[in-house]
Amino acid sequence: MFDRLIEEAPRFFTYYNMIFVLQAMGTTLLLTAAGCITGFIFGFIIAAIRATRDPLLKPLRFLVIVYVEIFRRIPFLVTLFIVMFAVQIVSRNVSLFAIAVLSICMLSTAFLSEVIRAGMESVPRLQIEAAETLNFGFWRTQFRVVLPQAWKVIIPPAFAFMVMFIKDTSLASQMGVIELTFTGKSLMNRGFSPFLVYGVVLAGYFVMSYPLSRLGAYLEKRLASA
Amino acid sequence: MPLLEVKNLAASYGALTVLQNVNLSIEKGEVVSLIGSSGSGKSTLLRVLMGLLKPNAGEVRIDGEKVDYGSRSSLKSIRDRMAIVFQQYNLFQNMDVLKNVTIAPVEIKKRPRADVEREAKAILDRVGLSAKLKSYPDQLSGGQQQRVAIARALTLRPEILLLDEVTAALDPELVNEVLDTVRELAAEGITMLIVSHEMGFVREVSTRVVMMDKGQIVESGTPKEIFENPREPRTSAFVSKILRH
Repeated sequence: MFDRLIEEAPRFFTYYNMIFVLQAMGTTLLLTAAGCITGFIFGFIIAAIRATRDPLLKPLRFLVIVYVEIFRRIPFLVTLFIVMFAVQIVSRNVSLFAIAVLSICMLSTAFLSEVIRAGMESVPRLQIEAAETLNFGFWRTQFRVVLPQAWKVIIPPAFAFMVMFIKDTSLASQMGVIELTFTGKSLMNRGFSPFLVYGVVLAGYFVMSYPLSRLGAYLEKRLASA
Repeated sequence: MPLLEVKNLAASYGALTVLQNVNLSIEKGEVVSLIGSSGSGKSTLLRVLMGLLKPNAGEVRIDGEKVDYGSRSSLKSIRDRMAIVFQQYNLFQNMDVLKNVTIAPVEIKKRPRADVEREAKAILDRVGLSAKLKSYPDQLSGGQQQRVAIARALTLRPEILLLDEVTAALDPELVNEVLDTVRELAAEGITMLIVSHEMGFVREVSTRVVMMDKGQIVESGTPKEIFENPREPRTSAFVSKILRH
């Protein structure tokens, strides 16, 4: 087997193949980054909606809970296909990449909203009451009092989910999005050994997710001592 | 006209009635203490006054002006005029002492930062904490935190200061440093509504003492009347139980 790998290596590690792999890694990272950023923004909005108490907002709270509970429970591959077919009803010209971005954002929003909600709920109710009696409004209370205390609880699990999103983006290859896993399939089809191809894919995922896990572990440690 | 007037006030937690038919009026400069056993509704009354629990009946007037606890602007206005200090201090854990004290006057009342900081430093100096401006709440003792909380309330320049069992969570040796601060405020003529279990202190600082039981006001009178000559059996039972030890 090693003979074959050694023999194939010069043909495999060519400039164009490596550019192909690196570009695909870029796509994977882009999908993940889009998911994380959107997930944090919309996740916070959902968590904030769930923290409201106004009876008028009850239908909205109900809707976001349904959304979160559904999208946390269905496999990501199914989310991808649901989004793909739903989008195609509206327009046939949407790129597969856009569909993948939309899907990962829906997934990350659902998961991160729960992490953010748990973090916000870890802040004692009395802190919020104190803010209320000082005439802080809802958003000022969230941004000045709740979030600055909640992020210690939010960061560690959020990093674990970000690593999960990197891995989940691989499912977008099933729709034909050219990300890292797709390059593996494509290079295999060109006759390269699966060990060589998926060895490189494995290394690619590791290089992307390991620093993120380490950063998460580092922050967790720093926050625990703070 | 009384500064604060409470008429037939009632409140409940779900099906549980916690306040009923409460009538109370406080004149400017008075120090009124609420006494009574745990669960008698003293702290609940303060929570209702601050709008943390909505009353189901009755009315509250401040300076003759009726408070509408369902309206945001009315709530805002009453919280502008009254400040509360909680049993658990409730300082913002993510802000240092100076920030805790200045954030509301600067950001909510929009007063110039320099003025507020000058005033806050003077008040913190008065409660003996001028060396702790940059400390965070978790670096302070309970007594120090409670004095910061009092400073935070005072910097709001409230017309009425509500103190909700401000020494109940403190170690015994720290109680006096907080009570001394409150004594000084009383001597300065700040209008206060105090909930306390420190009977010696209540007797000393109050102009009037109000006895509560089961969500109702049982009787009210001067400290001398309440502690030496209570009219109601429930008051004498409570006072004799407290003073026995």
